[in-house]
Amino acid sequence: MKRWSKYIGKRLFYMALTLLIIASATFFLMNVLPGTPYNNQDRLTAAQLEMLNKKYGFDQPLFQRYINYLKNILHGDFGISLQFSDQPVATLLSQRMGPSIQLGLQAVLFGTVVGVFLGVIAAMHQNKFLDVFCSLFAITGRSVPNFVVAVLLQLLFAITLNWLPIGLWNEGFRSTILPTLALSISPMAESCRFIRTEMVEVLSSDYIELARAKGMSEIRIAFSHGLRNALIPLITVLGPMTVSLMTGSLVVENIFAVPGIGEQFTKSILSNDYYTIMAVTILFSALLVAVIFLTDILYQIIDPRVRVEGAK
Amino acid sequence: MAEKVLEVRRLSVSFDTYAGKVQAVRDISFELKRGETLALVGESGCGKSVTCRSIMGLLAKNAKVEGGEILFENRDLLKLSNSAMRSTRGGKIAMIFQDPMTSLDPTMKIGKQIAETVRLHKPVTRAAAKQRAVELLALVGIEEPEKRYHQYPHEFSGGQRQRIVIAIALAADPQILIADEPTTALDVTMQAQILDLIKEIQKKTGASVIFITHDLGVVANVADRVAVMYAGRIIEIGQADEVFYDPRHPYTWGLLASMPTLTTNDETLYAIPGTPPTLIDPAPGDAFAPRNPWALEADRLAEPPLFPVSDTHFAATWLLDERAPKIDPPESIVLRAQAFRKRQSERSASL
Ligand SMILES: Nc1ncnc2c1ncn2[C@@H]1O[C@H](COP(=O)(O)OP(=O)(O)OP(=O)(O)O)[C@@H](O)[C@H]1O
Ligand code: SF4
Ligand SMILES: [Mg+2]
Repeated sequence: MKRWSKYIGKRLFYMALTLLIIASATFFLMNVLPGTPYNNQDRLTAAQLEMLNKKYGFDQPLFQRYINYLKNILHGDFGISLQFSDQPVATLLSQRMGPSIQLGLQAVLFGTVVGVFLGVIAAMHQNKFLDVFCSLFAITGRSVPNFVVAVLLQLLFAITLNWLPIGLWNEGFRSTILPTLALSISPMAESCRFIRTEMVEVLSSDYIELARAKGMSEIRIAFSHGLRNALIPLITVLGPMTVSLMTGSLVVENIFAVPGIGEQFTKSILSNDYYTIMAVTILFSALLVAVIFLTDILYQIIDPRVRVEGAK
Repeated sequence: MAEKVLEVRRLSVSFDTYAGKVQAVRDISFELKRGETLALVGESGCGKSVTCRSIMGLLAKNAKVEGGEILFENRDLLKLSNSAMRSTRGGKIAMIFQDPMTSLDPTMKIGKQIAETVRLHKPVTRAAAKQRAVELLALVGIEEPEKRYHQYPHEFSGGQRQRIVIAIALAADPQILIADEPTTALDVTMQAQILDLIKEIQKKTGASVIFITHDLGVVANVADRVAVMYAGRIIEIGQADEVFYDPRHPYTWGLLASMPTLTTNDETLYAIPGTPPTLIDPAPGDAFAPRNPWALEADRLAEPPLFPVSDTHFAATWLLDERAPKIDPPESIVLRAQAFRKRQSERSASL
């Protein structure tokens, strides 16, 4: 138990350090970004500019601003959005968190469940038709960008068939279906490929042979002994999967006009909304670091072999 | 004479490979009697595992049964449907594998792996299966079975894991236990313990055992009867005493001469010259002829049938043909044979 708390403490420290580095790097990079937050700067007089700079604190020296920024973050103050006059960034983002989280969770859940299922089927029919079919699907899913998928889905289900809304967030669950599908392609393809590889190896192992010798059916072997062993390492790709989901959401949310963080992020970049960009970057990084941390812990809880060494 | 529980008749199995058709098992026949231990011995690659896998219905996908029958309970196992075979496999016929370090599912409690097998073959409740698993753990000599039921494979030593594998094999009270080199992966003291365990279990349950090994020392310890395989065929089969002390096939001579005994020292140990033949397009004649210092002309032309030596002892060598010249086996074998005959006559005299 003591070992655990020491381990977790150490991990938390490094997570904080990572976030600090990311926050600092973004802060300084932002300053070399071309353009300013004002979209019609040419027409502003020098006096007006000075006034605005003063209002937003851009007149202070860079380092001073950096220190202030970090201090404010610690108090949960991410600054004021430059885009939506005077809304605090924190409020702005928290309003937009809901749709993003819902989409993300739905996509990961749907994508991995379907992907794992396809992967198992593929591994069980190694090199036969179903396997080739699943592999083709996985390769396509990984190579076609999700905005293309998004547009194709809109074309098919919203325009041609007219089954589902083309965008916006005003029809409850129905609105979430197409963006979820578009986002789930990448976790689906990733987990399908991953599980297939793992399963092929697992299915040729001695303990599977023993399970066969017990008189168990192939299906049962695959889903009880096989999947059990193949799923554990899948946890390790949950991290990278989350990254690709988050980057995917930037574009997909735009295409479907989902009022989420991703859409907000794109808008802020286009308008040089420094504080919002910073906040979203930190938020995404924090999420990612947290996911990686959680998957590591999960791995140790689930895999009995790692468990003992870590926790004794 | 005890009744037959299993009969293999003229079984041939081949594998399709890129290099061609591998004739792994060629026309073998043998039977297994109730309660006996039959040892299958022979060099690596001679077809011991393939023979057992055929019985279990666990042949690789590229395997093809070219012919023959495997009779068990008046049915040909080779003709059973998948689902019928599944109820026999692991139920009435069970198998113990070679490498205990990898044969157990690393992510499942060992108790559950046993209980699962019980439930596959018997209509019992979860609780009853668990109870049975604990009993089995105790039977195979795992201490504190209640507690260890909940542990994972990595928490056990190699020898203990092999005991667990044996417990799984026993889960459905099998009539036939096939042990494919169950002690090869273990160190010497473990080997002896596992052998003792198998013998003890056999005594308790009355199961028949097919024991595969390439260690003749192990055979001497466990077997009632011995079948010697070479290049996919059984070339000599008989009571353990007959094969050990009155071997007739030159390959058996070679095997025995290469086995260390208390009276030999390393210098007199014999190694059979050459290597086993390729099983793709075997040359005509006896497969052992190229390595056989006693080979006759006939050997290169036709494969010898199994000639009877006694009611229970057969050997496939042209040397036993009445037209063959009389050939003396190596000295060490002659000595064994003499000792054997002396003992036999003493025994019959004392009866
Ligand atoms: N799936 C397969 N594909 C092709 N050839 C195979 C296959 N399985 C076995 N063989 C071949 O069949 C022959 C007999 O193999 P088998 O495994 O029965 O040998 P063995 O007597 O058990 O040897 P060992 O003592 O090494 O276990 C070998 O030549 C082997 O190469
Ligand atoms: S048949 Fe001929 S080659 Fe084969 S073992 Fe007998 S003597 Fe040797
Ligand atoms: Mg083998």
